[in-house]
Amino acid sequence: MTAQQDIALPAGRDKTADRKSGTAMLLLSIAVLAVLFLCPLFLKNFTVFQLTMMLIYAIAIMGLNLLTGFNGQFSLGHGAFYAIGAYTTAILMEHFGIAYGWTIPVAGLVCFVSGFLFGLPALRLESIYLALATFSLAIATPQILKLSILEEWTGGVQGIVIIKPDAPFGLPLSQDQWLYYVTLGTGLLLYWAARNLVRSRSGRAIMAIRDNPVAARSMGVNVSLYKALTFGVSALFTGVAGALAAIVVQFVAPDSFTLVLSIALLVGLVVGGVGWLPGALAGGAFIVFVPNIAEEVSKGLSGAMYGLIMILLIYLMPSGAGGLIRTLADWQKRR
Amino acid sequence: MLSVKDVAVRFGGIKALDGISFSIRQGQILGLIGPNGAGKTTLFNCLSRLYTPNSGDILFQGQSLLHRPAHQVAAVGIGRTFQNLASFSNLSVRDNIRIGAHCASRGDMISDVLRLPWSNREEARVNGIVDELLDYLDLNAVADETVSGLPFGTLKRVELARALASCPDLLLLDEPAGGLNHDEVSELGDHIRRIRDERNITVLLVEHHMNLVMSVSDMVVVLNFGRKIAEGTPGEVQADPEVIRAYLGDSH
Repeated sequence: MTAQQDIALPAGRDKTADRKSGTAMLLLSIAVLAVLFLCPLFLKNFTVFQLTMMLIYAIAIMGLNLLTGFNGQFSLGHGAFYAIGAYTTAILMEHFGIAYGWTIPVAGLVCFVSGFLFGLPALRLESIYLALATFSLAIATPQILKLSILEEWTGGVQGIVIIKPDAPFGLPLSQDQWLYYVTLGTGLLLYWAARNLVRSRSGRAIMAIRDNPVAARSMGVNVSLYKALTFGVSALFTGVAGALAAIVVQFVAPDSFTLVLSIALLVGLVVGGVGWLPGALAGGAFIVFVPNIAEEVSKGLSGAMYGLIMILLIYLMPSGAGGLIRTLADWQKRR
Repeated sequence: MLSVKDVAVRFGGIKALDGISFSIRQGQILGLIGPNGAGKTTLFNCLSRLYTPNSGDILFQGQSLLHRPAHQVAAVGIGRTFQNLASFSNLSVRDNIRIGAHCASRGDMISDVLRLPWSNREEARVNGIVDELLDYLDLNAVADETVSGLPFGTLKRVELARALASCPDLLLLDEPAGGLNHDEVSELGDHIRRIRDERNITVLLVEHHMNLVMSVSDMVVVLNFGRKIAEGTPGEVQADPEVIRAYLGDSH
């Protein structure tokens, strides 16, 4: 958790400088929000689709951050919860004709329960062993989705195709623009929830477990319960992201949810900043855009380019976007 | 208030504690001393339920503690500090103390996420407890600092504040003087007495530092090789031949 420590505020702050950097942060947040709200109106549909995917990955990364950054539990298997969310939505829409809007909370709930249940036995595993257990989850998921017994529901290897919804109430928005705003709204709601959580009594208990589980227990924190709950909440976020992805991509298939997805979420988490919620946006952007940039630079060596960009980023901002912003804020304070 | 009855703990073939019995009365400061490896920390960990004794019982206000899991010990009114600091190092001093109040407050994740009114009210009440403790232990200047960068002596005070935040009836202190300099130790002695006198908290002090134990304790229990070898007032214990032998060797 060294990244975590790097992000922590340095000692010896003075109040005016604090207020100044607080104002700067607020202005930055407003600017980012304004750009997020306005940009789909001026962009072509494919770019809007890409931005929607960025927001979806950001939601999933926020979920992973609650688990890894705030609770100190590792997961290499969050792609599995993303898949459960996506399939819940696809099955509900395809087989039960339920409107897409209602499938999103249901997917979140299903993932919360699965995450909580997976979290219970996984509690006994520490750090890297937990990573291995969740790794097996990621490996198993695509194969389970292909099982012939489940084929009637999951569509087997073929997957399920769903129909993209139109904007309601005759709003003058394209399908892509409308889904962008649905995703943005969901994302902001979940960000608000996550922020409330980490600043509350429950959130402090979650972070106490990360920093010192024995002491947390002595302070009366029910470590097992909170760990399992955090796993559930984290899976809920990731599941909602999966549900949105299914609607936006109009398609779910087992091979979209391989280990690569889980690793991508982890990469996004580190790029954004472990233990810093807004970093998820930078992480999401990395997952969506960096592979494309790498491919534009060199078609044959896109993998190598991707690696190079990643190394460069980690060299330039060793504790992710969150760390970089904190460093800049400090630098501005010292001026 | 607290009575330890014939407690024994074995690790493999080693008897870490061999039938220890003693009790603490309400409002007492009891010092528990003994040479290295005497079993002090083992006993301490039994009291905070990190270990379960192989036999014997521990009664707190007439009720056995052994049926409770470790995370419920704080809720019955027993607070503790740790020998080697166990702060939540990435959090601020204030948040560390707030976590101490975890069991003295209620709430659930859903209310916290939605910021429901009772969750906010409870938060305000906890902040009240925390502010009072920041004053009490002179931690206001560092309240919003991250714990990891603070000096050792300050961190010891943070742990004390954290333990007090649960509003305990009994406070267990595990070598609180370890690593402190002379002035800090005498300041700690004052704090311990004040905590007992002003807050009416009973204190069990496990300590190496003889001056501190002898100056603040009402009663002293001496352990050696997992057995109790003496019990009495500081004066009595210091004159006990077996205690002198345990600390200084046979030739004296």
